[in-house]
Amino acid sequence: MGVEGIGARVARKEDKRFLTGKGRYTDDMVVPGMKYAAFVRSPHAHATIRSIDVASAKAMPGVIDVLDGKQLLADGIGNLICGWMIHSKDGSPMRMGAWRPLADKTVRYVGDAVAIVVADSVAEARDAAEAVVIDYETLPVVTDLVEALGEGQPQIHPEAPGNLIFDWEIGDAGATDQAIAAAAHVTELKIVNNRLSPNAMEPRATLGIYDAGDDHFTCYTTSQNPHLARLVMSAFYNVAPENKLRVIAPDVGGGFGSKIFIYPEEIVCLWASKRTGVPVKWTADRTEAFLTDAHGRDHVSTVKMAFDSSNRITALKVDTIANLGAYMSLFSSCVPTYLYATLLSGQYAIPAIHANVRTVYTNTAPVDAYRGAGRPEATYLLERTMETAARELGLSPAELRRINFIRSFPHQTPVIMNYDAGDYEASLTAAMKTVDWDGFAARKAEAEGRGMKRGIGMSCYIEACGLAPSAAVGSLGAGVGLWESAEVRVNAVGTIEVMTGSHSHGQGHETTFAQVVAERFGVPIDSVNIVHGDTDKVQMGMGTYGSRSGAVGMSAVFKALDKVEAKAKKIAAHLMEADESDIVIENGALKVAGTDREVPWSQVALASYTAHNLPPGMEPGLKEGAFYDPSNFTFPAGCYICEVEVDPETGQTKIVQFVAADDFGNIINPLIVEGQVHGGLAQGIGQALLEGVHYDKSGQLLTASYMDYAMPRADDLPSFKVTTSNTPCPSNPLGVKGCGEAGAIGSPPALINAITDAIGNNELTMPATPQKVWAAARAIS
Amino acid sequence: MYETNYHRAASIEEAAKLMGTVAEGKYLSGGMTLIPTMKQRLAAPSDLVDLRHIAEMKGVTVDGRAVRIGAATTHEEVATSAAIAAVCPAICGLASHIGDPHVRHMGTIGGSIANNDPAADYPAAMLALDAVIMTDRRELRAENFFTGLFETALEEDEIVTAVRFEAPVKAAYQKFANPASRYAMTGVFVARRDDGVVRVAVTGAGSSGVFRHQGLETALSANWSPAAVANVTVDDSDLLSDIHASAAYRANLVKVMAKRAVAAA
Repeated sequence: MGVEGIGARVARKEDKRFLTGKGRYTDDMVVPGMKYAAFVRSPHAHATIRSIDVASAKAMPGVIDVLDGKQLLADGIGNLICGWMIHSKDGSPMRMGAWRPLADKTVRYVGDAVAIVVADSVAEARDAAEAVVIDYETLPVVTDLVEALGEGQPQIHPEAPGNLIFDWEIGDAGATDQAIAAAAHVTELKIVNNRLSPNAMEPRATLGIYDAGDDHFTCYTTSQNPHLARLVMSAFYNVAPENKLRVIAPDVGGGFGSKIFIYPEEIVCLWASKRTGVPVKWTADRTEAFLTDAHGRDHVSTVKMAFDSSNRITALKVDTIANLGAYMSLFSSCVPTYLYATLLSGQYAIPAIHANVRTVYTNTAPVDAYRGAGRPEATYLLERTMETAARELGLSPAELRRINFIRSFPHQTPVIMNYDAGDYEASLTAAMKTVDWDGFAARKAEAEGRGMKRGIGMSCYIEACGLAPSAAVGSLGAGVGLWESAEVRVNAVGTIEVMTGSHSHGQGHETTFAQVVAERFGVPIDSVNIVHGDTDKVQMGMGTYGSRSGAVGMSAVFKALDKVEAKAKKIAAHLMEADESDIVIENGALKVAGTDREVPWSQVALASYTAHNLPPGMEPGLKEGAFYDPSNFTFPAGCYICEVEVDPETGQTKIVQFVAADDFGNIINPLIVEGQVHGGLAQGIGQALLEGVHYDKSGQLLTASYMDYAMPRADDLPSFKVTTSNTPCPSNPLGVKGCGEAGAIGSPPALINAITDAIGNNELTMPATPQKVWAAARAIS
Repeated sequence: MYETNYHRAASIEEAAKLMGTVAEGKYLSGGMTLIPTMKQRLAAPSDLVDLRHIAEMKGVTVDGRAVRIGAATTHEEVATSAAIAAVCPAICGLASHIGDPHVRHMGTIGGSIANNDPAADYPAAMLALDAVIMTDRRELRAENFFTGLFETALEEDEIVTAVRFEAPVKAAYQKFANPASRYAMTGVFVARRDDGVVRVAVTGAGSSGVFRHQGLETALSANWSPAAVANVTVDDSDLLSDIHASAAYRANLVKVMAKRAVAAA
């Protein structure tokens, strides 16, 4: 390992820019003639639009135009789509209702976009938006996912009778039921996974620029995957063909999944720019973010876990209802299916699993992937059930897990996944040692003396990430391939530019990707630039989500580096009149092994471009590209242990210890990995203790600001104890697994297991607010 | 935010005069509630008259046990006032836990009590301390000043200029913060005079805003100890209930915070 190579604890290159206010976000972009947009949004959760009167709005100062859904439809702009086809168990395709970028007939949630105002200033645009008069006929509303499936409920889309989008299953129902019938013990539980708002620090924004001279569009947007945005906007929304549409996602301030999807605003601003002849910029305010960013989670499940007389799990049966909100967002269908139910085997050898998942429409914001996407829901369900079972069976939670751990690899689960490597015992042991599990009884007794209830809980999670391989996801319904691309461009002086299809919006790619290059050629990371986020600069790529940038994106870079290295060695061998197979790269130079003959890296680069003395037949230049499509998902796993103290008088929970023992495979930069884990833990703890989206019965969002939506803050969190024990991933050349989502996936059940242990009542839902914990503690005493 | 005109008044007279000349004016004294409300387009004053820079409304004087705090005094100035801390540290502690550092350097005591947010901290202190609210035209006892949710006895153009109170021998404030907003989900201020009379004021919990709790006052006047709270009944029928806390939970918090306040006093 070099000083800045793989495994080095290097501070992030991009931080100088971010920490000194020099980041360049979409809202920072200013182009000549640019005007500002405000969206007119539905104040009703469900209503028919009788008429839209824009006359007085158009007459207001500074207003350039007011456009509505009828004009959008007339111009041929298509519906928003969900890009992952799921078939119900009866073979019928999912029932996708129409999502117009601007609603023309019906609005289906509070915040649904109805019209756009373009004006000289944001204030004028918003003033005029208030002056648009819309005559609504309100319709009955349903926001709860269970109620939405009931008799006589409001019908949200004509395409989906009874609001049922699909009724899907996975696994062997017969074998599962049989094993449950024959079981020595069955643990049954109802599990609610609370609905969350993503809360990226940077709200969504877009700038649409139409160039009439070239009939060309440029779209600046807050996207985790600009190429995917371009593909979808071209292929489905008829905005423009790909060669006439450039999408740029510059610095992006956090996504957590919410910026994967294409939203109405990008499409409408591009269209409005052509309609009005001016560049149109829109930036969400925080209220719009709460109302319209795709939410996460929102599952209700029942679970049965069967055990034989030696406490081995014999079967798992799960029935889940998942709320997809008012419209099917881009990847909404795969989250509660292939990203969820395929992980229900957890770290355990379970012979029979069956899961049934029904997804429903409700009059709420669309629900899609949010950090972890399906895997936190699976982990919460499974690990709450394991802890409950351990209590019912009179076993320690660690013992029950040890009895059931998968111990040989590869391991084929009954729910598609084939785990390639792992050592679950190692993480469990490390976590228990770090938390001082054996000393817990004494700590509990000491807390009791102070009138506090102390509890401890664990969670052994596994996730599938590095979303890929393309053929596999394609066979499961994905509309796109999930490979990644890279191009390594060595400049004539030896500095290097890497074009990657991955997108960094907080992950630190500009540092870690450069470390992979530095490792290869012995150059400093400052001489390596990572270029991403612009469809004009970077070849087609698939973007960043599902902890895939390391395993897939970096592996593509790795493959391109192989090609560059091979060519550089040929040139060096030619220059030194040595055999190509004798060339090694050390300390920034290409050497003839075992001799003192060497050519500096920069000289090889220069030679490739001067082309005065290249091997016969070799093309000039030093630039290579690669596409990488892995052979499998990667399977990060770990054990999280949380120790809490509950104040029984107020129900306030204090986290006194939180230990994360993760297996991420090989680690490129421990500092960044720890940062990712800390951030994930904060979001997981937020879900477990604080966060929850609330709609009232009429569909109004009650948690539309930070006055009511509780985000985790520094004083809600302990100082995390983070350890790693790494089994390299055999499915990619770097042996990396992915660490972006683990913290959010593994932590909620550890917390709830700890609180329920402390208060002696297992009936507790997330977020475990002081009020709920107080009530649950009282109910038992 | 809608367009508005900003005026910085140099004196109380100038502020009052300005208010008389504008269409729909609002006094501004920190703006920690008003400005966010305007940003959300829920308030649209034509003019803002800023009171925060009026010299005669700023600062603290302590004479014996008599405390006077100018209405334009920031929370930070109260929190860090050695003079107040010497006679009534409870109010310094209260001020030090309002909002965050930004809020404490902008927000003022006058702004807080004139706004009378049902979850604000200062109204509980004013009521428990039997404070006198001084305005540009009269003096009002706290219990006649706070009249309901965001309601006070202030006339449309009346300006709070200062508050004054006699420092009690014992006082403390305990707040259980709303996990989201960090406002008081329930806050209890207890104050005991040298004649043994105890006043207990509760914020964050009442459906009509800040209130005194008779049962707690009687129990604690008879027996000034945390244990005295145990047998008091807190009726939850007049308490707030929302997504964060039910009335029953708030009733529990009233007792727990009262007990802890007595212990801390």
